[in-house]
Amino acid sequence: MAVAGEDPARPARVVSLNLCTDQLAMMLAGDGQLLSVSHLAYDPRSSAMAEDARGYHKNHELAEEIYLLDPGLVLAGRYSDRATVSMLKRLGIPVAVFDPAYSLDDVRARITEMGAALRQQERAAAMLRDFDTRLADLQAEVTRRPRTAIYHANGYTTGDRTLSGQILLAAGLANVASEAGLSSGGVMPLEVLALAAPEALVTGTPYPGASRSEEILDHPVVETLRHTLPGTRIADHDWLCGTPYVLRAIEDIAALRRRIEQEGQ
Amino acid sequence: MRGRVFFSGLILAVLVLFTVSLVIGPAQIGPMESLRSLIAGDGGPLTLVMREIRLPRALLALLVGGSLGLAGAAMQGYLRNPLADPGLIGVSGSAALGAVLAIQTGFAAGFALGLPLAALAGALAGVFVVLALAGPRGTSLTLILAGIAISSLTGALISLVLNLSPNPFAANEIVFWMMGSLADRSMTHVWIALPFALLGAVLLASLRRGLDALTLGEDSAAAMGIGLSRLRLTLVFGTACVIGASTAVAGSIGFVGLVVPHILRRWVDARPGRLLGASALGGAAMVLAADIAVRIVVPSKDLKLGVLTALVGAPLFLHMIYRTRREGL
Repeated sequence: MAVAGEDPARPARVVSLNLCTDQLAMMLAGDGQLLSVSHLAYDPRSSAMAEDARGYHKNHELAEEIYLLDPGLVLAGRYSDRATVSMLKRLGIPVAVFDPAYSLDDVRARITEMGAALRQQERAAAMLRDFDTRLADLQAEVTRRPRTAIYHANGYTTGDRTLSGQILLAAGLANVASEAGLSSGGVMPLEVLALAAPEALVTGTPYPGASRSEEILDHPVVETLRHTLPGTRIADHDWLCGTPYVLRAIEDIAALRRRIEQEGQ
Repeated sequence: MRGRVFFSGLILAVLVLFTVSLVIGPAQIGPMESLRSLIAGDGGPLTLVMREIRLPRALLALLVGGSLGLAGAAMQGYLRNPLADPGLIGVSGSAALGAVLAIQTGFAAGFALGLPLAALAGALAGVFVVLALAGPRGTSLTLILAGIAISSLTGALISLVLNLSPNPFAANEIVFWMMGSLADRSMTHVWIALPFALLGAVLLASLRRGLDALTLGEDSAAAMGIGLSRLRLTLVFGTACVIGASTAVAGSIGFVGLVVPHILRRWVDARPGRLLGASALGGAAMVLAADIAVRIVVPSKDLKLGVLTALVGAPLFLHMIYRTRREGL
């Protein structure tokens, strides 16, 4: 059996149930400390660490299979299935619950919390130092923030009080969702998008298999904006979770910002 | 004279509702300003909104409503049964199943008319099964039972297909296919639905004399030179065309084909032939009104059209079942 370092209180056989705790745990756990991650971590569309996940046992967030893994600690998200989490607690398994990250400060807090839960405080502190340095390099002084729209399936957009919105702000862009009163995100009708006249358009990448929800991204209005404005299709995996991969998302969007400024000249 | 006034009133109602539908939306634009940018077209965002969002939505409400009203009136005339609504007897459901299969297998993306053709095939299968089960003079009981069976089966299959889809959004769209919506449609949807809806409308309109004759009984109709098997075939294809076209782009919207002919029947002296045109106009007015209402009642949510039509239609349906029972059918 793997021994998790010299700290006797360091939890072994850790099982994670949530895409975001999966990735933070893979980054911070010691050799052999993490036993299993959720099936979502294997999906390259949602997970930035799909390759790394192959080294771990795959779980489907079901109480029964988790219990049989005999975990020393379970990592869950605030919105993991409550029935599963409460059953694991009743069975006497320690469960650490993590809130989603809505800002870059939240990302820092989650890294610290994960370090504490896994008793890997030194690794967490090193990760934080690295995160702060890279973030400081990315946050350029901007005199003007080009107005940008983030548009997803079903006309869903994310405002300033979301992680995606914070990524946009950190990269030096402004978000039209907040002008439309959707600072926490919500549905922005096509009409509102068209009349908001954004300077750039950020859309999601369609999933395989067709859906009516994603048809909106091929609507003539969105197509027109896509052809006339600088824009990019973002990959969900860097945007969904509060991990250091958000820095990669900020880099991508900062590149978009440079394109907007070049085309504006 | 009375007939002319009645039809003029219906056309006027449709025109008014169509215009209201064009000037209503989440973006606050003045009615005059919006109509001006629709017609003049300066290439700005306002024109984009009017021509690519609101115009297709209003046109589709017209098309879908007209199709549903027409199909309801035609089926009721043929079966001589006021309970025959394409939604209730499972034709819309089987059209939706065809559309869902086409989308999920990639057949719809393969070529432009793949989606309406698949919905048409589904609707065709639905009409055949219902007519086979209900017989030439379907009694209310067999008709409704056949409808329940087909609706349940197609509903289950739609859920199954969408739940098996690799797309994370697909499963949430079950409610769209069951209840129908015109949100976020474009002119593309108008163009793929229009040819089949027009073909179906021409086929069903050609039944006017036959349906009128059929009120006297099958023998009398045959004596008047009406070919019953041909009439039946035309009805099946016409219904499948209009229901297939409208379901492919808007999902299944129930009760329009039940409510509209029921209300309008007395104004056309209960003549099924004249009821066809009246119901097409009435259906268009009802769906336009419902689509205006969903945008006023809960503007931020995509309330499904079928919710409103069912709220109006289901109580009427219950009333009609009660009356049918009293008449001992």
